[in-house]
Amino acid sequence: MIPSPAELGHLSLWLAAAAALVMAAAPVRPALVGLARPAAVAHGLLLLCAYAAMTHAFLVSDFSVSLVATNSHTAKPLLYRLTGVWANHEGSMLLWVLILGVAGLAVALARMPLGETFRARTLGSLGVVALGFLAFLLFASNPFARLDPAPPEGMGLNPLLQDPGLAFHPPTLYVGYVGLVVAFALAVAALLDGKVGPAWARATRPWVTLAWAFLTMGIALGSWWAYYELGWGGWWFWDPVENAALMPWLAATALLHSIRVLETRDALRNWTLMLAIAGFTFSMLGTFIVRSGLLTSVHAFAVDPTRGLFLLVLLLGLTGWALLVWALRAPKVAEGARFAMTSREGVLVVNNLLLMALLAIVFIGTLYPMALEAWNGRQISVGPPYFNATTVPLIVLLAVLMGVGPFLAWKRGTTSGLSRRLLLPGLVATASAGAMLALFGVSGLLALLGVAASAWLAVASLQLLLRRGLTFGRAGTALAHLGVAVSILGATASGALQREALVSIPLGDGFALSGFTVTLDDVAPRAGPNWTALEATLSVTRDGAPVATLRPQSRTYTSPPMETTEAGIAMWRAGDLYAVLGKPDGSGRWQVHFWVKPLIHFIWWGAVLMALGAVVALGGALRLGALARRRRALPAPPAAVPLPAE
Amino acid sequence: MPLTRLLPLVALLALGVFLALNLGRPQQATIRSAMVGKPVPAFALPGLGDRPGLASADLAGGEGPVLVNFFASWCLPCRVEAPQLKALAEAGIPIHGIALRDAPADIAAFLARHGDPFVRIGRDEQGQVAIAFGSSGVPETFLIDRRGIIRLQHQGEIRPEHVAEILAEARRWR
Repeated sequence: MIPSPAELGHLSLWLAAAAALVMAAAPVRPALVGLARPAAVAHGLLLLCAYAAMTHAFLVSDFSVSLVATNSHTAKPLLYRLTGVWANHEGSMLLWVLILGVAGLAVALARMPLGETFRARTLGSLGVVALGFLAFLLFASNPFARLDPAPPEGMGLNPLLQDPGLAFHPPTLYVGYVGLVVAFALAVAALLDGKVGPAWARATRPWVTLAWAFLTMGIALGSWWAYYELGWGGWWFWDPVENAALMPWLAATALLHSIRVLETRDALRNWTLMLAIAGFTFSMLGTFIVRSGLLTSVHAFAVDPTRGLFLLVLLLGLTGWALLVWALRAPKVAEGARFAMTSREGVLVVNNLLLMALLAIVFIGTLYPMALEAWNGRQISVGPPYFNATTVPLIVLLAVLMGVGPFLAWKRGTTSGLSRRLLLPGLVATASAGAMLALFGVSGLLALLGVAASAWLAVASLQLLLRRGLTFGRAGTALAHLGVAVSILGATASGALQREALVSIPLGDGFALSGFTVTLDDVAPRAGPNWTALEATLSVTRDGAPVATLRPQSRTYTSPPMETTEAGIAMWRAGDLYAVLGKPDGSGRWQVHFWVKPLIHFIWWGAVLMALGAVVALGGALRLGALARRRRALPAPPAAVPLPAE
Repeated sequence: MPLTRLLPLVALLALGVFLALNLGRPQQATIRSAMVGKPVPAFALPGLGDRPGLASADLAGGEGPVLVNFFASWCLPCRVEAPQLKALAEAGIPIHGIALRDAPADIAAFLARHGDPFVRIGRDEQGQVAIAFGSSGVPETFLIDRRGIIRLQHQGEIRPEHVAEILAEARRWR
């Protein structure tokens, strides 16, 4: 008898757990070190098999697998059957371990200048993490659990998740999280080895850069999805789950900068290791918050205390172990070199402090409501007023420093020539704030500061890009910083210049908003493959000329039954006209919520630029590694030549 | 080893204990609203057809607590909660309805189709009473004790699992 693919997948998971155990045990005895690489390769391949088996079950609609029955449907489009694998709790954890497995594969096969024992220790840490998550999968959320008898039809997928923006949001974010797991494993290995220095930083930086690029894109995709699918009219809500992804991003951003200091100047050793551990901790905390349903959130998918407890034990065990190693071993890692406050390192330290302050603000704002309720039973919600008031000034300050930092020299405290370089950014910043005040009548201090900071940073980054002797690394920095400037401009302008109207109008009627005239032409039923909807037709004109036709929908999905709003969005210049159809009031009037959001697309274009900058910098880091290897390989005896990649 | 090196570990453990203690806490559908503990606002609404209307005076002074249910014929979740309202009425709690921004003919059709558990019905055509109650929409249900004090605000439809909670709360304020 040929076993079914789902059973083979289940078996692969168990075998992968065994391989992870070998990975974890290999560095303990010198005789076993050689086993680490083959075990990691087997682990990665077995997880690929398990994932392929689950994908197969979704593709053929094998409803005898409980997960497929509860999350899929024969009427579901092919793309969403593929993405349906991870659009649920068990499947998303399966994807998590798959990415971890592939990362282990990469660590096993890539060049490792720090030696085979170090590689084995890194793979050992990865093995411990993998073992924890595989145990969670196999004991608390088995994706291959059977359903007997198998139903003839599945229950469908949450319609909110049937969307390309969301379909690719979780995998992107997970690659980012797992990249931080690798940085964590490298940090633990470095602590055990005592080998913390430029060579370690060079080996770790590509992973952090990669993780950062994916986290940036993952967060941007999530924000974009919430903006155009949820119909809330905003792009960031300071929701606990959004914050859960933002916290590792902030830690990774700090790590990305401090690791640069370690690589160039051999300073900030313990701090960088701590950040690598913190980045992983916050990824785990993010996974825990999303998967335990601990915090009330729009994202709370799986409310299950048992799973939450399992994840919490995993989080505490892994991070506690790493922090213990840090506490025991960090003193033996000698402190690095000293530097002047006005050197590039000095500014990077301030950058790290500001990022940590932001992280603390987000952390407190996210957990405070729960703490207060546990303390005295009062329920409150912490929202945008707190976060905006506390984070915006720090972000403006960061942007100002980001404009200065790349022009400073390492180590020395000289600032000569700096004022000449910063003259143009300063002038443009003042001019743009003045223009906002004079032309658009924006008088809010934070909005003016935001525009000025964005202009300052953009001009400074462009100058950096146009300077002679452009390297990959500097181009990456300039692009990423330019991206931040673009995002800040988008966020500031779409907020300060946004206009909105909430009206209740009968068919044929209209209203005017900041130069646009909007008319409700029609409301008619529409039908899709697995939904029906009421669709409004809104025609928008400006100075008598038609600009756009918006078709917001109020959709009702049939399986499972659920109502969603589809915003009607049309791009206008770099901004959006955005409409949401509300409920009829029973007397022939319809509620229409209409926004004009200038420059809002800049927010996501900025994120794309940031990720692009990271990719360019990654190319630079890899090239630098290759150059260093070539240089070392020439005079060194053969024993020092690193093993070639398989 | 200096003890300060252990601080991150201690902070992590404290966070872990805190998260673990909060983990099993049930998520509440009942909102602890600012209106709970306050007397019902004064109002007097016209009835449906020749049925008597509903006024704040009708809510207090009975034998036990009563429920006030905001509903509307145009509201889908209101249909979903109809069986639960019926169950609550059969358990002996008087339920009064307030129809929000609705036409009399539509209300009558809604009641004929989905059942009429209500003792009295008031028509809140402008939605002013809903605002005075601090109601966020339909359906929404308030528990009012015999002294006319609001004791519970349930936002959204009453699902089968909520019936027992509401009955327990009603017994508490008997």
